[in-house]
Amino acid sequence: MAEKKHTITVLVENHAGVLSKVSGLFSRRGFNIDSLAVGQTENPLLSRITIVATGDEYTTQQIEKQLNKMIPVIKVKVLKSGSYVSRMLTLFKVSFAPSRRAELLQLADMMGAKIADAGEDCAVIELCDTYEKTMAFEDLLKPYGLREVARTGSVAIEKAKLN
Amino acid sequence: MINGAEIIVKCLQKENTEVVFGYPGAAVLPLYNALTQSDIKNILVRFEQNAGHAASGYARISGKPGVCIATSGPGATNLITAIACAYMDSIPLVAITGQVRSDLLGRDVFQEVDITGACEPFTKHSYICMDTAQLPKIIKQAFHIASTGRKGPVLIDIPVDIQENELEDFCYEEKVEIAGYKPSVNGHLRQIKNAVLALEQAQRPVICAGGGAISSGAGDLIRTISLACDIPVVTTMMGQSLMCNKDENYLGMLGNCGKKAANTAIKNADVIMICGGRVGDRAVAAPDQVSKQATIIHIDVDPAEIGKNLTTKIPIVGDLNCVLTAITEQMPKVKHTKWLEQCKAQVTQTEYDEKDKGFVDPKLFINKLTSALEDNAVIVADVGQNQIWAADNSVFKCGTRFLTSGGLGAMGYSVPAAIGAKIADNSRQVVAICGDGAFQMQMMELSTVVKTNSDIKIIIMNNQCLGMVYELQPQNSEFTKLSCNPDFTALAKAYGINAKSITENSQIDAAIQWLMNTDGAAVLECAVDPTETSMGERE
Repeated sequence: MAEKKHTITVLVENHAGVLSKVSGLFSRRGFNIDSLAVGQTENPLLSRITIVATGDEYTTQQIEKQLNKMIPVIKVKVLKSGSYVSRMLTLFKVSFAPSRRAELLQLADMMGAKIADAGEDCAVIELCDTYEKTMAFEDLLKPYGLREVARTGSVAIEKAKLN
Repeated sequence: MINGAEIIVKCLQKENTEVVFGYPGAAVLPLYNALTQSDIKNILVRFEQNAGHAASGYARISGKPGVCIATSGPGATNLITAIACAYMDSIPLVAITGQVRSDLLGRDVFQEVDITGACEPFTKHSYICMDTAQLPKIIKQAFHIASTGRKGPVLIDIPVDIQENELEDFCYEEKVEIAGYKPSVNGHLRQIKNAVLALEQAQRPVICAGGGAISSGAGDLIRTISLACDIPVVTTMMGQSLMCNKDENYLGMLGNCGKKAANTAIKNADVIMICGGRVGDRAVAAPDQVSKQATIIHIDVDPAEIGKNLTTKIPIVGDLNCVLTAITEQMPKVKHTKWLEQCKAQVTQTEYDEKDKGFVDPKLFINKLTSALEDNAVIVADVGQNQIWAADNSVFKCGTRFLTSGGLGAMGYSVPAAIGAKIADNSRQVVAICGDGAFQMQMMELSTVVKTNSDIKIIIMNNQCLGMVYELQPQNSEFTKLSCNPDFTALAKAYGINAKSITENSQIDAAIQWLMNTDGAAVLECAVDPTETSMGERE
């Protein structure tokens, strides 16, 4: 069966230990996590975990069922492609040589990225976008001297339904 | 004023807990103080693991969650095997562990261990209680979770100061509401209809019943469907004793240690209805093969089991009792008499050789012993060759219960589980069957047998080696020899337990008579040939 990236959103009780229960499930059942992000929802008693995982249909079904089985897990949804908006935040530290500054600023502007910090020899550029765009931007930055990258997992939310 | 420990005890009483199995220690002193002032019976085992196994035996016979208690650190880690064992076999347990003071948590103080973290993969749920006021809610939830849906162990870790803190009063709510826990009961109506249709259209249907059929008490419903439609029934190891030898449509246990008739039926079936079984590798070695040739109907209370090991055409999530009742209400109107007769023709009566040859034939012995037991006796088999011999050669009467560590395969299960079973129902005969290897993992519990006056009969199949390992690895027999075994009868007598040893088949009848006539506990050692195998019938 074909392996695919899946975005899974998991609504959980906002307790200490719940995240480790969820991530532990992935490791012990041999499911691979590409990224994971967690934060409180509009209800302070609940958190939303967004997991991007790679697997075939069987694995995805198992992930969904095994997550559903956990008591602190309230709702699990494997999002259908096209039905959701997802974003990840990335900070890129790049060389900021005076000769190439204008070029870099133009590139950042074109991709909707912002300069978060700038010094004499390096700058921090922030981008909040999808996984695909982020990876494309990273490739574009490489020739300028990419020094460090820090990135969050993707967070996702379903789009408004069209009638 | 009432302290946390007293609240725990009051809550246990609200849950109709009559007995707890445990081992005290520094982090559960307040709890034991409160327990000794209550009418809850406390069974002091000799090793924490056995508190868990005894609670498991108790739960399986009483139908109520078994409660076990251990202190923090090593007490808690010693419980782990029993918790994992209950998880694999879906046995309802509430395990209570003491913990170091809540303000010291995380500092690696004396006897501190992260037990909820350690047990996470094999508990149905776990709690660490950081507030005395939360105790009633947590205990209520723990009993609810352990005993509903797919049953299993729930762990409650309670720091010692939480047991000591005092409250004005407490309230034990009757209702329990857990947002993330709503087990399905009734089963999907359309899928039930599909199942009925599939059974009607089938040429060669088989019912395969697992441990879930026993824990939901669905034996009679399975019998009814089997008889109405002439469908043969096979069971897994955990489903053993659901059907009795008198059930005419019963083909026996399936799997690599099972009966030829059962495996042949599964191999040739075109529709298989799995009732409360998880299609473990010991039962079905090649699930892909099975799902290719047969339409699978899988009924289980745990949705995650359906489709996990076997591709399923008709999944039904729900309690077996409810689902099978719904199936009987629209009972398939086809009889599969010819197919049933074909299957039954494969059933062979095991021929035992009763001649003397310097050893006791364990298969013959188990057959004779279980024939002599009362109808509602409890047979507890340990793990190893003895488990297979017991599963394959026991005579199941209508009412017999067969207990064993089916999923985890934990050696050392039989004696403590037998103690728990006996305490759950003193009127039932209880026998524990173990090997000389497994016995030495639990022989300290002979003290508990004596202390609790438990009338259990313990059979030690002594082949002076780890028979199952030897069978798998004869070339390395050095590792499997138990050449320094003690004199087991002398050992039992040292505890004040009646004991006997036999070495020939001709002594079996008299030995069984002796066992049945002995008041109170007894140990019978049978000398078994080390080269005896556990292999089931070949197809």
